[in-house]
Amino acid sequence: MSKPQDKDNTKTRAVPTVEPLRLGQTPSQTVGPFFHPVLVPEAFGYPFQGIVGNRIEACEQNTQAIVIEGQVCDGAGRPIEDALIEFWQADSQGRYGHPADGRGGNTSFRGFARAATGPAPHHRYRLESIKPGAVDSAQAPHINVVLFMRGLLRHLYTRIYFSDEAAANARDPVLALIPEARRATLIAALQETQGDDKTASYRFDIHMQGEKETVFFDF
Amino acid sequence: MPQRLSPGPGSRDWSSHPPLIAPAYKSTRLRGPTRPLVPIPASLSELTGPVYGHESVGPCDHDLTKNAARDGEPLGERIVVAGRVRDEAGRPIAGHLVEVWQANAAGRYVHKADGHDAPLDPNFFGAGRTVTDAEGRYRFLTIRPGAYPWGNHDNAWRPPHIHFSLFGPTLASRLVTQMYFPGDPLLAHDPIYLAVPEKARARLVADFSLDVTEPGFALGYVFDIVLRGPLETPMEHAP
Ligand SMILES: [Fe+2]
Repeated sequence: MSKPQDKDNTKTRAVPTVEPLRLGQTPSQTVGPFFHPVLVPEAFGYPFQGIVGNRIEACEQNTQAIVIEGQVCDGAGRPIEDALIEFWQADSQGRYGHPADGRGGNTSFRGFARAATGPAPHHRYRLESIKPGAVDSAQAPHINVVLFMRGLLRHLYTRIYFSDEAAANARDPVLALIPEARRATLIAALQETQGDDKTASYRFDIHMQGEKETVFFDF
Repeated sequence: MPQRLSPGPGSRDWSSHPPLIAPAYKSTRLRGPTRPLVPIPASLSELTGPVYGHESVGPCDHDLTKNAARDGEPLGERIVVAGRVRDEAGRPIAGHLVEVWQANAAGRYVHKADGHDAPLDPNFFGAGRTVTDAEGRYRFLTIRPGAYPWGNHDNAWRPPHIHFSLFGPTLASRLVTQMYFPGDPLLAHDPIYLAVPEKARARLVADFSLDVTEPGFALGYVFDIVLRGPLETPMEHAP
Protein backbone atom coordinates (compact mmCIF):
# COMPACT_ATOMS: atom_id res chain seq x y z
CA MET A 1 0.00 0.00 0.00
CA SER A 2 1.41 3.37 -0.94
CA LYS A 3 0.80 6.40 1.20
CA PRO A 4 -1.63 9.02 -0.13
CA GLN A 5 0.31 11.95 -1.55
CA ASP A 6 0.02 15.24 0.25
CA LYS A 7 0.19 17.64 -2.67
CA ASP A 8 0.56 20.75 -0.54
CA ASN A 9 3.52 19.24 1.15
CA THR A 10 5.31 18.38 -2.10
CA LYS A 11 4.69 21.87 -3.43
CA THR A 12 6.16 23.67 -0.47
CA ARG A 13 9.12 21.35 -0.07
CA ALA A 14 11.52 23.63 -1.90
CA VAL A 15 14.68 22.78 0.02
CA PRO A 16 15.25 19.05 0.33
CA THR A 17 16.10 18.20 3.89
CA VAL A 18 18.95 15.80 4.42
CA GLU A 19 18.03 13.22 7.03
CA PRO A 20 21.00 12.48 9.24
CA LEU A 21 22.13 8.90 8.82
CA ARG A 22 20.51 6.73 11.47
CA LEU A 23 21.07 3.02 11.28
CA GLY A 24 18.71 0.73 13.15
CA GLN A 25 20.10 -0.79 16.33
CA THR A 26 20.87 -4.49 16.15
CA PRO A 27 18.26 -6.18 18.35
CA SER A 28 19.30 -7.88 21.56
CA GLN A 29 18.86 -11.65 22.01
CA THR A 30 19.23 -13.85 25.05
CA VAL A 31 22.70 -15.03 26.09
CA GLY A 32 21.14 -18.51 26.29
CA PRO A 33 22.17 -21.31 28.65
CA PHE A 34 25.45 -22.28 26.97
CA PHE A 35 27.74 -19.28 27.56
CA HIS A 36 29.79 -20.73 30.44
CA PRO A 37 32.55 -22.44 28.35
CA VAL A 38 33.30 -19.15 26.60
CA LEU A 39 32.48 -16.25 28.89
CA VAL A 40 33.28 -17.78 32.30
CA PRO A 41 35.37 -20.86 31.37
CA GLU A 42 37.82 -20.99 34.29
CA ALA A 43 35.16 -20.90 36.99
CA PHE A 44 33.31 -23.83 35.44
CA GLY A 45 36.28 -25.95 34.42
CA TYR A 46 36.27 -25.54 30.65
CA PRO A 47 39.54 -25.71 28.68
CA PHE A 48 39.36 -22.19 27.31
CA GLN A 49 40.83 -18.90 28.38
CA GLY A 50 38.31 -16.12 28.80
CA ILE A 51 39.17 -12.45 28.63
CA VAL A 52 38.45 -12.03 32.32
CA GLY A 53 37.56 -13.99 35.45
CA ASN A 54 35.64 -13.20 38.61
CA ARG A 55 38.42 -11.19 40.24
CA ILE A 56 39.24 -7.50 39.96
CA GLU A 57 42.84 -6.81 40.93
CA ALA A 58 43.85 -3.68 42.77
CA CYS A 59 46.74 -1.74 41.34
CA GLU A 60 47.06 0.76 44.13
CA GLN A 61 47.95 0.60 47.84
CA ASN A 62 45.66 0.49 50.85
CA THR A 63 42.58 -0.97 49.22
CA GLN A 64 39.76 -2.75 51.00
CA ALA A 65 39.41 -6.32 49.73
CA ILE A 66 35.81 -7.40 49.25
CA VAL A 67 33.92 -10.51 48.25
CA ILE A 68 30.36 -10.32 47.01
CA GLU A 69 28.29 -13.47 46.77
CA GLY A 70 24.68 -14.08 46.02
CA GLN A 71 21.98 -15.83 44.11
CA VAL A 72 19.76 -14.75 41.26
CA CYS A 73 16.17 -15.85 41.85
CA ASP A 74 13.26 -16.20 39.46
CA GLY A 75 9.64 -15.24 40.01
CA ALA A 76 8.99 -18.50 41.86
CA GLY A 77 11.84 -17.76 44.26
CA ARG A 78 14.03 -20.50 42.79
CA PRO A 79 17.75 -19.82 42.32
CA ILE A 80 18.67 -19.46 38.66
CA GLU A 81 21.45 -21.79 37.48
CA ASP A 82 22.54 -19.93 34.37
CA ALA A 83 22.82 -16.20 35.04
CA LEU A 84 25.83 -14.21 33.83
CA ILE A 85 26.75 -11.16 35.83
CA GLU A 86 29.22 -8.52 34.67
CA PHE A 87 30.73 -6.01 37.07
CA TRP A 88 32.18 -2.61 36.17
CA GLN A 89 33.65 -0.46 38.89
CA ALA A 90 35.99 2.37 39.76
CA ASP A 91 39.21 1.95 41.73
CA SER A 92 39.52 2.75 45.44
CA GLN A 93 39.77 6.44 44.60
CA GLY A 94 36.73 6.46 42.35
CA ARG A 95 38.62 6.49 39.04
CA TYR A 96 37.49 4.39 36.09
CA GLY A 97 40.00 2.68 33.84
CA HIS A 98 38.56 4.35 30.76
CA PRO A 99 39.59 7.28 28.54
CA ALA A 100 36.27 9.08 29.16
CA ASP A 101 37.23 9.51 32.79
CA GLY A 102 38.72 12.96 32.20
CA ARG A 103 40.15 13.27 35.69
CA GLY A 104 43.10 11.15 34.68
CA GLY A 105 41.32 7.86 35.14
CA ASN A 106 43.35 4.92 36.34
CA THR A 107 43.97 3.24 32.99
CA SER A 108 46.01 0.41 34.46
CA PHE A 109 43.00 -0.61 36.57
CA ARG A 110 40.80 -3.08 34.74
CA GLY A 111 37.64 -2.66 36.83
CA PHE A 112 35.78 -5.44 35.03
CA ALA A 113 34.86 -8.99 35.97
CA ARG A 114 32.44 -11.73 34.99
CA ALA A 115 30.80 -14.24 37.27
CA ALA A 116 27.96 -16.66 36.75
CA THR A 117 25.62 -18.89 38.63
CA GLY A 118 25.75 -22.56 37.76
CA PRO A 119 24.87 -25.99 39.01
CA ALA A 120 27.38 -25.51 41.83
CA PRO A 121 26.09 -25.72 45.40
CA HIS A 122 23.46 -23.10 46.09
CA HIS A 123 23.73 -21.65 42.59
CA ARG A 124 25.87 -18.79 43.85
CA TYR A 125 27.96 -16.29 42.00
CA ARG A 126 31.09 -14.82 43.56
CA LEU A 127 33.00 -11.62 42.85
CA GLU A 128 36.41 -10.90 44.40
CA SER A 129 37.36 -7.27 44.22
CA ILE A 130 38.21 -4.10 46.07
CA LYS A 131 35.83 -1.58 47.47
CA PRO A 132 35.37 1.20 44.91
CA GLY A 133 35.68 4.85 45.85
CA ALA A 134 33.00 7.44 45.12
CA VAL A 135 33.16 8.44 41.44
CA ASP A 136 31.99 11.99 42.06
CA SER A 137 31.02 14.20 44.97
CA ALA A 138 27.37 13.18 44.79
CA GLN A 139 27.32 9.43 44.29
CA ALA A 140 27.92 6.77 46.91
CA PRO A 141 30.42 3.99 46.16
CA HIS A 142 28.83 1.42 43.87
CA ILE A 143 29.54 -1.32 41.37
CA ASN A 144 27.71 -1.28 38.05
CA VAL A 145 26.08 -4.58 37.11
CA VAL A 146 25.02 -5.94 33.74
CA LEU A 147 22.85 -9.04 33.97
CA PHE A 148 22.22 -11.71 31.35
CA MET A 149 20.52 -15.10 31.41
CA ARG A 150 18.51 -17.62 29.48
CA GLY A 151 15.00 -16.21 29.43
CA LEU A 152 16.22 -12.63 29.39
CA LEU A 153 15.87 -11.24 25.89
CA ARG A 154 17.85 -8.10 26.64
CA HIS A 155 20.37 -7.42 29.37
CA LEU A 156 19.53 -5.47 32.49
CA TYR A 157 21.50 -2.81 34.33
CA THR A 158 21.57 -2.43 38.06
CA ARG A 159 23.99 -1.26 40.78
CA ILE A 160 25.44 -2.70 43.96
CA TYR A 161 25.73 -0.26 46.86
CA PHE A 162 27.17 -1.14 50.26
CA SER A 163 25.33 -1.42 53.56
CA ASP A 164 28.26 0.07 55.48
CA GLU A 165 28.02 3.31 53.49
CA ALA A 166 24.70 4.42 54.94
CA ALA A 167 25.53 8.13 55.06
CA ALA A 168 26.75 8.24 51.47
CA ASN A 169 23.82 6.11 50.30
CA ALA A 170 21.40 8.57 51.90
CA ARG A 171 22.79 11.36 49.69
CA ASP A 172 23.11 9.32 46.48
CA PRO A 173 21.18 10.89 43.56
CA VAL A 174 20.44 7.56 41.88
CA LEU A 175 19.11 5.89 45.02
CA ALA A 176 17.03 9.04 45.53
CA LEU A 177 15.19 8.27 42.27
CA ILE A 178 13.96 4.97 43.67
CA PRO A 179 10.95 4.61 45.96
CA GLU A 180 12.28 4.07 49.46
CA ALA A 181 10.72 0.63 49.80
CA ARG A 182 12.73 -0.65 46.84
CA ARG A 183 16.14 0.88 47.68
CA ALA A 184 17.19 -2.08 49.76
CA THR A 185 17.21 -4.25 46.62
CA LEU A 186 20.41 -2.42 45.56
CA ILE A 187 22.31 -2.61 48.82
CA ALA A 188 24.76 -5.44 49.47
CA ALA A 189 24.65 -6.56 53.09
CA LEU A 190 27.97 -6.70 54.93
CA GLN A 191 28.30 -10.17 56.45
CA GLU A 192 31.66 -10.19 58.12
CA THR A 193 35.22 -9.02 57.91
CA GLN A 194 37.83 -11.74 58.13
CA GLY A 195 41.30 -12.94 57.23
CA ASP A 196 44.68 -11.27 57.36
CA ASP A 197 43.69 -8.71 54.78
CA LYS A 198 40.38 -8.07 56.57
CA THR A 199 38.33 -8.99 53.50
CA ALA A 200 34.81 -7.68 53.80
CA SER A 201 32.23 -10.12 52.51
CA TYR A 202 28.84 -9.00 51.29
CA ARG A 203 25.67 -10.73 50.24
CA PHE A 204 23.83 -9.39 47.19
CA ASP A 205 20.91 -11.36 45.79
CA ILE A 206 19.05 -10.41 42.64
CA HIS A 207 15.32 -11.06 42.38
CA MET A 208 13.82 -11.01 38.91
CA GLN A 209 10.23 -10.70 40.06
CA GLY A 210 8.05 -10.60 43.16
CA GLU A 211 7.97 -8.48 46.29
CA LYS A 212 11.75 -8.14 46.40
CA GLU A 213 12.14 -7.51 42.64
CA THR A 214 15.49 -5.79 42.08
CA VAL A 215 15.45 -2.28 40.65
CA PHE A 216 16.76 -2.24 37.09
CA PHE A 217 17.78 0.92 35.27
CA ASP A 218 17.22 2.57 31.96
CA PHE A 219 19.91 4.99 30.79
CA MET B 1 27.62 16.10 38.10
CA PRO B 2 25.59 13.44 36.36
CA GLN B 3 24.77 14.33 32.79
CA ARG B 4 21.96 13.23 30.55
CA LEU B 5 22.75 11.35 27.40
CA SER B 6 22.04 13.33 24.28
CA PRO B 7 18.56 12.61 22.97
CA GLY B 8 18.07 10.61 19.78
CA PRO B 9 20.79 8.19 18.82
CA GLY B 10 22.02 7.96 22.39
CA SER B 11 18.98 6.24 23.76
CA ARG B 12 18.04 2.62 23.51
CA ASP B 13 15.50 2.24 20.74
CA TRP B 14 12.96 -0.02 22.39
CA SER B 15 11.16 -0.56 19.08
CA SER B 16 14.25 -2.48 17.93
CA HIS B 17 14.51 -4.79 20.92
CA PRO B 18 12.41 -7.66 22.26
CA PRO B 19 10.34 -7.20 25.42
CA LEU B 20 11.45 -8.58 28.78
CA ILE B 21 8.47 -10.88 28.96
CA ALA B 22 7.52 -12.66 25.73
CA PRO B 23 5.13 -15.43 26.85
CA ALA B 24 5.79 -17.66 23.83
CA TYR B 25 9.39 -17.91 25.07
CA LYS B 26 8.49 -19.64 28.30
CA SER B 27 11.60 -18.87 30.37
CA THR B 28 10.83 -15.15 30.15
CA ARG B 29 7.65 -15.59 32.21
CA LEU B 30 9.43 -16.01 35.54
CA ARG B 31 12.67 -14.28 34.62
CA GLY B 32 11.64 -11.02 33.00
CA PRO B 33 11.16 -8.23 35.55
CA THR B 34 7.60 -6.98 35.79
CA ARG B 35 8.17 -3.43 37.00
CA PRO B 36 9.20 -0.56 34.74
CA LEU B 37 12.91 0.21 34.43
CA VAL B 38 13.91 3.25 36.47
CA PRO B 39 15.41 5.94 34.23
CA ILE B 40 18.63 7.41 35.60
CA PRO B 41 20.86 10.20 34.30
CA ALA B 42 24.10 8.94 32.80
CA SER B 43 27.11 9.65 34.96
CA LEU B 44 30.68 8.55 34.50
CA SER B 45 29.53 5.09 35.60
CA GLU B 46 27.42 4.67 32.47
CA LEU B 47 29.63 6.66 30.06
CA THR B 48 32.67 4.52 30.74
CA GLY B 49 32.95 0.78 30.27
CA PRO B 50 35.27 -2.19 29.92
CA VAL B 51 38.02 -1.64 27.36
CA TYR B 52 39.18 -4.80 25.60
CA GLY B 53 41.21 -4.53 22.43
CA HIS B 54 44.05 -6.19 20.57
CA GLU B 55 45.87 -7.35 23.70
CA SER B 56 42.96 -9.67 24.55
CA VAL B 57 43.06 -11.61 21.29
CA GLY B 58 45.51 -14.25 20.06
CA PRO B 59 46.42 -14.88 16.41
CA CYS B 60 44.16 -17.93 16.02
CA ASP B 61 41.23 -16.79 18.14
CA HIS B 62 39.11 -15.74 15.15
CA ASP B 63 39.46 -19.14 13.46
CA LEU B 64 37.12 -21.64 15.12
CA THR B 65 38.13 -24.30 12.62
CA LYS B 66 41.66 -24.24 14.08
CA ASN B 67 41.57 -22.83 17.60
CA ALA B 68 40.52 -26.13 19.19
CA ALA B 69 41.80 -28.60 16.60
CA ARG B 70 43.54 -31.61 18.19
CA ASP B 71 44.06 -34.25 15.54
CA GLY B 72 42.36 -32.87 12.49
CA GLU B 73 39.77 -30.44 11.26
CA PRO B 74 36.29 -30.11 12.69
CA LEU B 75 33.49 -31.73 10.69
CA GLY B 76 30.89 -29.68 8.91
CA GLU B 77 30.62 -26.90 6.39
CA ARG B 78 33.32 -24.23 6.68
CA ILE B 79 31.96 -20.70 6.56
CA VAL B 80 33.27 -17.15 6.78
CA VAL B 81 31.24 -14.71 8.88
CA ALA B 82 32.26 -11.09 8.45
CA GLY B 83 30.76 -7.67 8.92
CA ARG B 84 31.09 -4.15 10.21
CA VAL B 85 30.34 -2.83 13.66
CA ARG B 86 29.09 0.75 13.62
CA ASP B 87 27.09 3.13 15.74
CA GLU B 88 23.75 4.55 14.62
CA ALA B 89 25.45 7.46 12.89
CA GLY B 90 27.39 4.96 10.78
CA ARG B 91 30.69 5.59 12.50
CA PRO B 92 32.92 2.53 12.78
CA ILE B 93 33.40 0.99 16.21
CA ALA B 94 37.13 0.42 15.74
CA GLY B 95 39.49 -1.62 17.87
CA HIS B 96 36.75 -3.27 19.92
CA LEU B 97 36.35 -6.85 21.01
CA VAL B 98 33.81 -9.21 19.43
CA GLU B 99 33.21 -12.55 21.17
CA VAL B 100 31.24 -15.43 19.59
CA TRP B 101 30.10 -18.90 20.58
CA GLN B 102 28.05 -21.57 18.88
CA ALA B 103 27.06 -25.21 18.58
CA ASN B 104 29.02 -27.57 16.35
CA ALA B 105 27.82 -28.85 12.98
CA ALA B 106 25.64 -31.44 14.73
CA GLY B 107 23.93 -28.86 16.93
CA ARG B 108 25.82 -29.72 20.12
CA TYR B 109 27.55 -27.31 22.51
CA VAL B 110 30.62 -28.07 24.58
CA HIS B 111 28.61 -27.50 27.75
CA LYS B 112 27.97 -29.86 30.64
CA ALA B 113 24.29 -28.98 30.64
CA ASP B 114 23.75 -29.63 26.91
CA GLY B 115 21.81 -32.89 26.92
CA HIS B 116 21.20 -33.03 23.18
CA ASP B 117 21.94 -36.50 21.88
CA ALA B 118 24.26 -35.36 19.10
CA PRO B 119 28.02 -35.94 18.88
CA LEU B 120 30.66 -33.61 20.22
CA ASP B 121 33.46 -32.84 17.79
CA PRO B 122 36.91 -33.34 19.36
CA ASN B 123 38.29 -30.68 17.05
CA PHE B 124 35.71 -28.00 17.72
CA PHE B 125 35.12 -25.94 20.84
CA GLY B 126 32.82 -23.30 19.38
CA ALA B 127 34.35 -20.14 20.82
CA GLY B 128 36.09 -17.26 19.12
CA ARG B 129 37.01 -13.65 19.48
CA THR B 130 38.49 -10.90 17.41
CA VAL B 131 38.95 -7.13 17.38
CA THR B 132 37.43 -4.79 14.82
CA ASP B 133 39.79 -2.96 12.49
CA ALA B 134 39.91 0.78 11.82
CA GLU B 135 36.75 0.54 9.70
CA GLY B 136 34.93 -1.51 12.32
CA ARG B 137 35.32 -4.74 10.35
CA TYR B 138 35.57 -8.20 11.87
CA ARG B 139 35.94 -11.65 10.32
CA PHE B 140 35.55 -15.17 11.70
CA LEU B 141 36.21 -18.51 10.10
CA THR B 142 34.01 -21.24 11.53
CA ILE B 143 31.73 -24.22 10.91
CA ARG B 144 28.09 -23.71 10.10
CA PRO B 145 26.26 -24.56 13.35
CA GLY B 146 23.51 -27.16 13.39
CA ALA B 147 19.97 -26.70 14.65
CA TYR B 148 19.26 -28.12 18.09
CA PRO B 149 16.12 -29.08 19.99
CA TRP B 150 15.07 -27.31 23.17
CA GLY B 151 12.31 -27.72 25.69
CA ASN B 152 10.27 -24.60 25.11
CA HIS B 153 7.36 -26.36 23.42
CA ASP B 154 6.55 -29.58 21.64
CA ASN B 155 9.07 -30.30 18.85
CA ALA B 156 10.90 -27.01 19.42
CA TRP B 157 14.15 -26.44 17.49
CA ARG B 158 16.46 -23.46 17.62
CA PRO B 159 17.38 -22.23 14.16
CA PRO B 160 21.14 -22.46 13.55
CA HIS B 161 22.70 -19.37 15.10
CA ILE B 162 25.92 -17.82 16.34
CA HIS B 163 25.94 -15.91 19.65
CA PHE B 164 27.66 -12.51 19.55
CA SER B 165 28.84 -10.36 22.46
CA LEU B 166 30.10 -6.78 22.05
CA PHE B 167 30.96 -4.01 24.49
CA GLY B 168 31.25 -0.98 22.24
CA PRO B 169 32.60 2.25 23.71
CA THR B 170 30.64 2.42 26.99
CA LEU B 171 28.57 0.36 29.38
CA ALA B 172 25.49 1.73 27.62
CA SER B 173 26.48 0.27 24.24
CA ARG B 174 26.76 -3.33 25.51
CA LEU B 175 25.05 -5.88 23.24
CA VAL B 176 24.57 -9.63 23.30
CA THR B 177 22.71 -11.02 20.32
CA GLN B 178 22.41 -13.94 17.90
CA MET B 179 23.08 -14.15 14.19
CA TYR B 180 20.83 -16.33 12.02
CA PHE B 181 21.14 -17.69 8.49
CA PRO B 182 19.12 -16.53 5.50
CA GLY B 183 16.24 -18.62 4.24
CA ASP B 184 15.95 -20.73 7.38
CA PRO B 185 12.44 -22.23 7.76
CA LEU B 186 12.95 -22.58 11.54
CA LEU B 187 12.95 -18.80 12.01
CA ALA B 188 9.18 -18.69 11.53
CA HIS B 189 8.80 -21.06 14.52
CA ASP B 190 11.41 -19.64 16.90
CA PRO B 191 9.96 -17.59 19.78
CA ILE B 192 13.35 -16.05 20.58
CA TYR B 193 13.74 -14.62 17.09
CA LEU B 194 10.03 -13.79 16.84
CA ALA B 195 10.17 -11.81 20.11
CA VAL B 196 12.02 -9.08 18.18
CA PRO B 197 9.68 -6.44 16.72
CA GLU B 198 8.97 -7.40 13.14
CA LYS B 199 10.58 -4.36 11.54
CA ALA B 200 13.92 -5.15 13.21
CA ARG B 201 14.06 -8.94 12.77
CA ALA B 202 15.85 -8.92 9.43
CA ARG B 203 18.82 -7.21 11.10
CA LEU B 204 19.58 -10.51 12.85
CA VAL B 205 19.73 -12.51 9.63
CA ALA B 206 23.09 -12.57 7.86
CA ASP B 207 23.30 -12.11 4.08
CA PHE B 208 24.95 -14.68 1.90
CA SER B 209 27.82 -12.97 0.08
CA LEU B 210 29.83 -14.17 -2.88
CA ASP B 211 32.34 -11.41 -2.12
CA VAL B 212 33.06 -12.86 1.30
CA THR B 213 32.99 -16.43 0.00
CA GLU B 214 36.47 -17.93 -0.33
CA PRO B 215 36.71 -19.75 -3.67
CA GLY B 216 37.14 -23.48 -3.25
CA PHE B 217 37.10 -23.16 0.53
CA ALA B 218 34.17 -21.62 2.40
CA LEU B 219 30.85 -19.86 1.82
CA GLY B 220 30.66 -16.30 3.11
CA TYR B 221 28.05 -14.51 5.19
CA VAL B 222 27.84 -10.85 6.12
CA PHE B 223 26.44 -9.81 9.49
CA ASP B 224 26.64 -6.07 10.16
CA ILE B 225 26.06 -4.86 13.69
CA VAL B 226 24.82 -1.47 14.85
CA LEU B 227 25.41 -0.49 18.45
CA ARG B 228 23.53 2.18 20.30
CA GLY B 229 25.23 5.55 19.98
CA PRO B 230 27.02 7.86 19.55
CA LEU B 231 26.93 8.17 23.31
CA GLU B 232 28.15 11.65 23.94
CA THR B 233 27.26 14.16 26.57
CA PRO B 234 25.40 17.27 25.37
CA MET B 235 28.54 19.35 25.95
CA GLU B 236 30.56 17.31 23.50
CA HIS B 237 27.69 17.29 21.05
CA ALA B 238 27.30 21.08 20.86
CA PRO B 239 28.32 22.69 17.55
FE1 LIG C 1 22.52 -21.15 21.21
